[in-house]
Amino acid sequence: MGLLSDPNRRRALIGLLTRLNAPICVVCYMAGVAWFMGLAFEPFTLRTYMSENAMGSTMVEERFPAGERALATGREFAAHKKKTGGMPVDWLVKTMQSRGLEVFTQRFSRRLPFPDEDKERYMVKGTNVYGILRAPRAPRTEALVLSAPCTAGDHNNQAVGLLLGLAQYFRNQVYWAKDIIFLVNEHDLIGMQAWLEGYHHTNTTGMDWSPLQGRGGSIQAALSLELSSDVVTSLDLVLEGLNGQLPNLDLANLFYAFCQKIGVLCTTQGKLQRNDWDSVSGYSHAVQTMMLMAMKQASGRPWGDHGLFLRYHIEAATIKGINSFRQYKTDATTVGRLLEGMYRKLNNLLERLHQSYFFYLMSSLSHFVSIGYYMPAFGLLGVILLLRALDLWVQLASPPPRTEDGVVDAEQVSSPGVLSVLTPLAVVLTAIAVYTLLPPATRARVFYCNPVCDVRRVSLCLLKAADGSGHGAGLEGAEAGGRALPGRAAGLHRAHQLLPGLHPGSHAGARGRLRHAQRAKVTRLQRLGDRCGSVRSLTSRSSSPPRRVLSAFVLVVLSPACTLLFSVFFFQELQEMPVSFLDGWMLYLSVISQGILDHALYGSLVYPLVALLVYPCWLLFWNILFWK
Amino acid sequence: MKILGLLSLLATHLSANSVNIEENAGQFFSSGHTNNWAVLVCTSRFWFNYRHVANTLSVYRSVKRLGIPDSHIVLMLADDMACNHRNPKPATVFSHKNMELNVYGDDVEVDYRGYEVTVENFLRVLTGRLPPSTPRSKRLLSDDRSNILIYLTGHGGNGFLKFQDSEEISNVELADAFQQMWQKRRYNELLFIIDTCQGASMYERFYSPNLMALASSQVGEDSLSHQPDLAIGVHLMDRYTFYLLEFLEDIHPASKSNMNDLFKVCPKSQCVSTPGHRTDLFLRDPGSALITDFFGSVRKVEITMETVNLTDPIEQVEQNFVNEDLQKESYSYVDQLPVSEIIHQGLQLVNNNPGLSHPHLSFTGQSVCCRPSSISSI
Repeated sequence: MGLLSDPNRRRALIGLLTRLNAPICVVCYMAGVAWFMGLAFEPFTLRTYMSENAMGSTMVEERFPAGERALATGREFAAHKKKTGGMPVDWLVKTMQSRGLEVFTQRFSRRLPFPDEDKERYMVKGTNVYGILRAPRAPRTEALVLSAPCTAGDHNNQAVGLLLGLAQYFRNQVYWAKDIIFLVNEHDLIGMQAWLEGYHHTNTTGMDWSPLQGRGGSIQAALSLELSSDVVTSLDLVLEGLNGQLPNLDLANLFYAFCQKIGVLCTTQGKLQRNDWDSVSGYSHAVQTMMLMAMKQASGRPWGDHGLFLRYHIEAATIKGINSFRQYKTDATTVGRLLEGMYRKLNNLLERLHQSYFFYLMSSLSHFVSIGYYMPAFGLLGVILLLRALDLWVQLASPPPRTEDGVVDAEQVSSPGVLSVLTPLAVVLTAIAVYTLLPPATRARVFYCNPVCDVRRVSLCLLKAADGSGHGAGLEGAEAGGRALPGRAAGLHRAHQLLPGLHPGSHAGARGRLRHAQRAKVTRLQRLGDRCGSVRSLTSRSSSPPRRVLSAFVLVVLSPACTLLFSVFFFQELQEMPVSFLDGWMLYLSVISQGILDHALYGSLVYPLVALLVYPCWLLFWNILFWK
Repeated sequence: MKILGLLSLLATHLSANSVNIEENAGQFFSSGHTNNWAVLVCTSRFWFNYRHVANTLSVYRSVKRLGIPDSHIVLMLADDMACNHRNPKPATVFSHKNMELNVYGDDVEVDYRGYEVTVENFLRVLTGRLPPSTPRSKRLLSDDRSNILIYLTGHGGNGFLKFQDSEEISNVELADAFQQMWQKRRYNELLFIIDTCQGASMYERFYSPNLMALASSQVGEDSLSHQPDLAIGVHLMDRYTFYLLEFLEDIHPASKSNMNDLFKVCPKSQCVSTPGHRTDLFLRDPGSALITDFFGSVRKVEITMETVNLTDPIEQVEQNFVNEDLQKESYSYVDQLPVSEIIHQGLQLVNNNPGLSHPHLSFTGQSVCCRPSSISSI
């Protein structure tokens, strides 16, 4: 009471806060957005550099000679794959054994909660085949992994061929200090998850796998190869993993250093690096690359087979070979040399990669922004929440007389009816209960009688249920709010500051905050105003229809569902593959179902986050809108 | 007649020779040392510090070639590069690229290996305070007529040298260790070579007599490595040691090159860093000190049929001392423990080196020698 602080100054500050709240919020919002956009501007970024001393420079001699033989092996693999109609296990085992590896297989099976129309699978059964190259003189304490997925059709044959060619070459060298595990996994991510769970003796996702007969020690780093053509024009590096986790930046630095040494064109996010950073198009290119990376991280799904390694603290990345219409082609021998160089350098590691950054955004392969530089943007957006909360708290504590209206508000003190407070709470609680207690299949079944649900129908059901609950249908439909939303999260920033790459969502969310601020004022004014309006809602109160309709419209636009829809279209635009509305809608539905599948299969966190935090919060706002 | 002529010729020749031998006898003992020792230390481990091991082994090879036997060399290597899992040529350590010269060879005798190379062991070797069970090969059994070569390489900084990525030796500790050696009459002259970053800081604090020091770089400078080998994947040598070895390749046991030539090794144009040296504590003129006084174990042997009167040359040495500056008198040995002085005069604590925790010798003439209670204050 005035002992340690000056009450006058405090009152002045509080008055400032309440008076200038909206402008400060607007300024913070603009500053946050501007900061984030400015991150891609090249003078504000740092050039990438190798931080790990043990890896040093690219000072090795790559001598891999057998690119053509690797491609021939790939063709053989393709033939056997077509013959067996899946993974040619016996042929792979025989080939790896002839190259001197210790070969083991692992069977796994998984029943998806509902059929995945994108990949056309429901009951997934498969086999992983892996061969271990033991280090000639070292104890079996550490390992490196090179993996290539076995996909149906005509994809990735060259990757498997190159993997086997490298295995043969590596077997003849004496300088390996770590075991190298060559893994060919079936059904890409599901197989990889089974293998990793078997390797580390964990069982987090309820998959059924046979235990691994052979092991190699703790894995220090892993690379996944995707190569579908005999020659490539560029190599793309994919870093984003499960739940937006990234490998250590040193892995990307290593890749880039070798690309420069060997002279291969290397990209990230599929976008070529440009040198004209001071021109508008160059800058927008950098912004697009960075936004793509942010959105991919926000989706929470692994964008390559490497994505599942990151959870076990294994630095991993995926290298994709891209064959576009460019004149200069790189052959398989050069790609093999690049991989050989990378593995020789990873071989020199004494401890796990930890010297460089774990949280970063890359506007190109040679420039990055670390978390210390991009977090202030989100911090500014978070400050808006804080200011709003302070403002509300101050007003709750001592409501200032509303002299500008000419009427003293005496009704603010009266608490709203019990029903209006309890109902949204009940909705949220049932949502949590349903989510945690029911298995996914039942959850899907709740909305649709057919026991085997089509994925699109599931998504549509969820959306309908969401609308229904929003309009007071009061179903376990809040459960429907559980949408896994790749690409964005409205209001996620307020729950989870640590998930990087949430700019699009926070963009929307902060706008939501602003709207909410205005809405709060609106509702207060409406209490004084005339009572009319007949909007069907949970706690329908009367208010001025145009304003309420406008607010309702804005809130619907900002709802998780719509934001996701916009993000899907935005994402396609960024990737320079814009889609028509119908295709976008289909993509949107598949995104929702993929999100649920990701959560069920690999433990992705986006779906429960949205279900338990975002959607109930939005519901509460919706109810507040129609509050008295 | 002819016989007489011949005899007279022989007589004059012999007399002339005898006169020469008498004079040359004086030169036999001009350097003052009778045996040579070498302590070669590589302080860093891990595969990417391959070049430090190669440095040390190259100096070891040169020193052996010039005559110092393994029994007089204490070789300390902190890591085993030859048998490292990452070595594509196992059991070899190369110092030139294209694998021209394998310095590991078949007859390397490493006295302190791996984790035995610590600051404590190094200082114990220097000062001789080893447990009785230590084998001879791990001891520096020098006396007051030994010339010792000490070569250190690794990662260093301003005033310290890093041992094994976990501890450091400071320049103050090193200076005190040399002072202990001086007090215990464990060396006649000592040549200290260090090839690390900011190496000159390590010899700044020396205060014992008869020390000469060389470093590969000044304070604030980094010593750079010389050449990478792409097949092995590491840098093979440091620049200073590389050019030092090129220089030593021209030295043979009978060569008369002196220390001034050694100071010219690796100028800034080749080394990028500025090598430094320190000779103010050295009694003799560096130009009169031969390279082989430290790097080789040269026995001066001349066969003669004459008897030589040896009393004169010894006096000649003392006369040399008298002719030098009077300041040199302060550098004489003192009693190890002059009890009477302790009782009657009390301790005189002179702080020559700030930061030292125990009292030590002063050079003012009336001095009291106090035995330090511990070897090093790590």
